[in-house]
Order: sequence, then structure tokens, then C-alpha cells
Amino acid sequence: MSVVEIKDVAKRFDGGTVALEGIELAIEEREFVSLIGPSGCGKSTLLRIIGDLIRPTAGTVRVNGKPAAQARTDRDYGIIFQDAVLYDWRTIARNISLPLELARWNRRRRNERVQEMLRLVELTGFEGHYPWQLSGGMQQRVSIARALSFDPSLLLMDEPFGALDEMTRERLNLELLRIWEASGSTVVFVTHSIAEAVFLSTRVVVMSPRPGRISHVIPIDLPYPRTAAIREDPHFFELVTNVREALHLGSDLDRKPAAPAAAEAQP
Amino acid sequence: MATIAAEQPAEHRRAAVVRTAAERVGMLVLVLAALWGLWEGYRWLWIHEGWTWPFTVDSTTMPHIHDILRQLFRKPTSGVGGDILLVQLLHAAWFTAKEAIVGFALGASFGFLLGVALSQFRLLQRGLLPYVVASQTVPILAVAPIVVVYLGSLHVAPWFSVAVIASYLTFFPVTINTLRGLQSTNRQALELMRSYAAGRLSVLWKLRIPAALPYIFSALKVSATASIVGAIIGEAPSSIQQGLGGFIVNFNQYYSLNPENLWATNLIAALLGIAFFLVIVLVEAIVVRRAPEHVA
Repeated sequence: MSVVEIKDVAKRFDGGTVALEGIELAIEEREFVSLIGPSGCGKSTLLRIIGDLIRPTAGTVRVNGKPAAQARTDRDYGIIFQDAVLYDWRTIARNISLPLELARWNRRRRNERVQEMLRLVELTGFEGHYPWQLSGGMQQRVSIARALSFDPSLLLMDEPFGALDEMTRERLNLELLRIWEASGSTVVFVTHSIAEAVFLSTRVVVMSPRPGRISHVIPIDLPYPRTAAIREDPHFFELVTNVREALHLGSDLDRKPAAPAAAEAQP
Repeated sequence: MATIAAEQPAEHRRAAVVRTAAERVGMLVLVLAALWGLWEGYRWLWIHEGWTWPFTVDSTTMPHIHDILRQLFRKPTSGVGGDILLVQLLHAAWFTAKEAIVGFALGASFGFLLGVALSQFRLLQRGLLPYVVASQTVPILAVAPIVVVYLGSLHVAPWFSVAVIASYLTFFPVTINTLRGLQSTNRQALELMRSYAAGRLSVLWKLRIPAALPYIFSALKVSATASIVGAIIGEAPSSIQQGLGGFIVNFNQYYSLNPENLWATNLIAALLGIAFFLVIVLVEAIVVRRAPEHVA
């Protein structure tokens, strides 16, 4: 049984914009799938549909064999946004335990779990700090700990490292892989970065805009555990090139250059 | 930057606290001196030049500040009791403060609950909000006697009628800001709650209300001072003599004889307002945990 099963999903927004059309995708257990594509290709929209944060106009989404709405109320997935979205008035420990409070865990279990999560994201000792006392990268690690705290089978990540600097981003990529392997969850990861998608994923789903469609699905056969050295592997470059070409094939700009660009080239 | 501040050793931070405190005291002294200079300078200039616009300046319209202060330590010729004016006024201020505190508590609670109710029920908001706004366009001076008569007929103590009048001025800013604060919750924070399958009450209690606290506190600061104005105004139709309102009515009648009395009373009333405001600021500092740059 697939963890995520998307059948013929379409999303039309109120203004008439077709954000997604004819989306078919199955994600198996323990997969790490990246959704990549230019702005407006609907990758974030697709992620939100999987998480039942918005409803598709047509088609069905099943998570763990259940309708997406049921999976959401069963707390089957944890979500991570580009901003850490920590609650300013809660300490780090109480931010991580928020979903546990809502799931009615008792205090003792919550505290144990928070300590476990802090160890996982290597933030032990920061439980009493407030979010604004932490750097952006640390805040994002807290938000990962919060999403994993209730042990969801699926992790939905919407450009989680998009706002961070390159060095922090590469470090967190490694850390995310370690956490993914330790937690045994399935990940759907939205990103703008080709290298990031290739480095992390078991499969990269390339999307094209207007209307948002899946244009290519590229399996990444690099072995796990992946280390920073893989970024210099010739096969890594080959895969990056594959994804880049798939992206360009899928984009209108490269097939027929837009008029202003052509005019600019003339004189 | 925030992380660096958090890692500073304790003695550095203590020194910084002392420095900011000293700066504030210095600032306060400077502002008071400037105000004194403005008042006395204006007074001197207008008298010296004989200007009569916008009003004639003399010892009745603008008594010397030192005369006002000196008056505080005299026994007033008009008025009641044998104590010096300052002691009488402090008693009156305490009496009015009690009315204002009860009025503030009533108004703030009612205002908060109304704001929460309006935010939760769209229909209620559309139906009720115009009347909430309209309630504040009715002058308090017109409402006050009605409240006194109504509550008097129920054998409620007059000071409580005054508290109710004060609450009438208090609740409105709290309602409006609570509503606004509850509606400006971060969209992703709400989506997060949705992903945790949080119920409506949990979202309200664990997200919307804490996120709205800065809005609510800025309303409470306005309301705290408004509740004193409400209490002072409410004392007149209730024929309450013990409060600042009673003193103001009384001194008003003898203004041309003894203008310093009224000015001294105004001074005490203003100090009471500042005290109320500072209490709210203090409570906010304790209750609201925010990044330093987000604190208003």
C-alpha cells in the first residue's frame, strides 16, 4: 500500500487559475520524494492538498489508504514550512510539545518525548529558550522536532531550508537525511534547488507550470547514507544535469523564447 | 543579534539595566523641566507682551506652577476637611481609583469576552458590531445619569454605578482590539493547528488568544486611563463627593477665587492615570513573552 496515492487531481482557484491538472503520483513507504519546478507550477499547492490544508477541485488523495481529511484528523503527517512558525510565547520545549498537548499526551510522556526530540535535532539544553533567541537554522530544527514529535508516518516539507544560507542549508540537508533514516518516515519535500532535491531524494518529481503538471519523475540511485562527498561525485552531477534538463524541457520559456527576450537579443 | 544578547554574562546585563534606568530617570527630569519651562515661558511672554489671543494670561487662567505645588500643602479655604489639600486629594484619588479599578475589571472582561464572541461568530459580528460602535458615539455625560438612576432603583451602592459608567468607556477599545488581534493570526500558524487536527477551542486558546495579546494590551493601556476619566465623570451625576470628580465639581465653582485648587486636582488625576497605565505596562512585561523588537 502506498503512503500517498494521488489520482487525477486538479485544482482550480476561485479566480479561474488552473494550479494543477491531471496529477498522478504514488509514494511508497520510506521514500523521500522531492517536488521541484519553477514558481507557479503548483508544487506547494500539491503538498497542501496531500495534507488536506486545501481541497482539490477534482480527483482523490489517499494517505495511508485513507482519504486525506481522515489522515489529517488521525495526525498521520507532520508539516514543516519555509518559516519555522514557532509560537513566540512558548519556550522551545513547549513548542515541540504543542502537538502532543493537542493529542492529549500526559505531562510525563510529553517531557520524555521533548527530550528525545531535542537529542534528535541536537538542541539539548535549549528547551528553556524562546524562539527569538535562536538562529534561523536552529529554529527550523525545532520545527522539524515539533513535526516529528508525535511520530507521524509522513513528513510534508514546504521549502523548509529556502530562507537559510547555503552553508546552514547543506548542514541541515545532512541532518535531515540522518533524521529521516532514524525515524523511518516517508518524506514529501518541496524545493527550488536542483542540487538539494538530488542530494536528498529517492525520486525527484519535476513539475511544469500553467497548468501545473508532473512532467518527469527521475529516480535517484545514489546510495544511502549520503555524505557531503556525494556532492562531488560525477554521477551526482549527471543526475543534477538530468533534473535540470527535465526542468527546462517542461518550461515554456525554453521551448519558445518570450518576445521581449528575443527583441533584446537583436541589436 | 538576539542570540548574542541572550549569551551576555549576567553582570553585563545588570549594568545595562542600571544604565537604561538612569537614562529614563534623566529623561523624565528633562521632560518635566521642559514642560515647566514651556508653561512659565508662555505665561511670561503673554503677560509681558500683553497678548490676549487665544486667551488672556493671568494668575487665574495660568497660575504659577510653584503656586499650584504650594497649594497642595495648604489647607484649602473652600472645600471640606482639615487636612492639607494633598492628603485630601490622595484620599479622593484612592476613592476614584477603586471605582476605576472595578470599572476597568468589568469593562475589560466584558470587552474581551465580547471580542472573542464576535470573532467566533461571523453573523454576530455583522449584526452586533455597528451597535458596539454606536454605543461609543453616545456621550458618556448623557448615559451616566441614566445608569445612576437605574442602578439606584436596584439599591446598588452609588460607587458601583460609577464603576459601571467607567466600564462603559473601558470595554470598547478592548473589544475592537481583541477582535482585530484574534483575526490577524498568522496563516501558517493556523495551518499548523489544522495539521494537528486541533479543535476550535484549542486553536482559540493555544494560538489565537496568545497571538492577540499584544493587541489586547495596547487596548488595555488606552482603557486603563479611560476608566479613570469614566469614574471622574460618573461621580458628578451620582452626587459622590469623596472622589476626584466631587473635588473637581467643587473647585470648579470657586475657580476664579482659587484656580490653584483645580489645577492641583488635575495634577493628581493625571498622576493616577499614569499609575494605571504603568501597572498595565508592568503586567504586559510579565505576561507577554515576545522578541524584544516585537514589544510595543
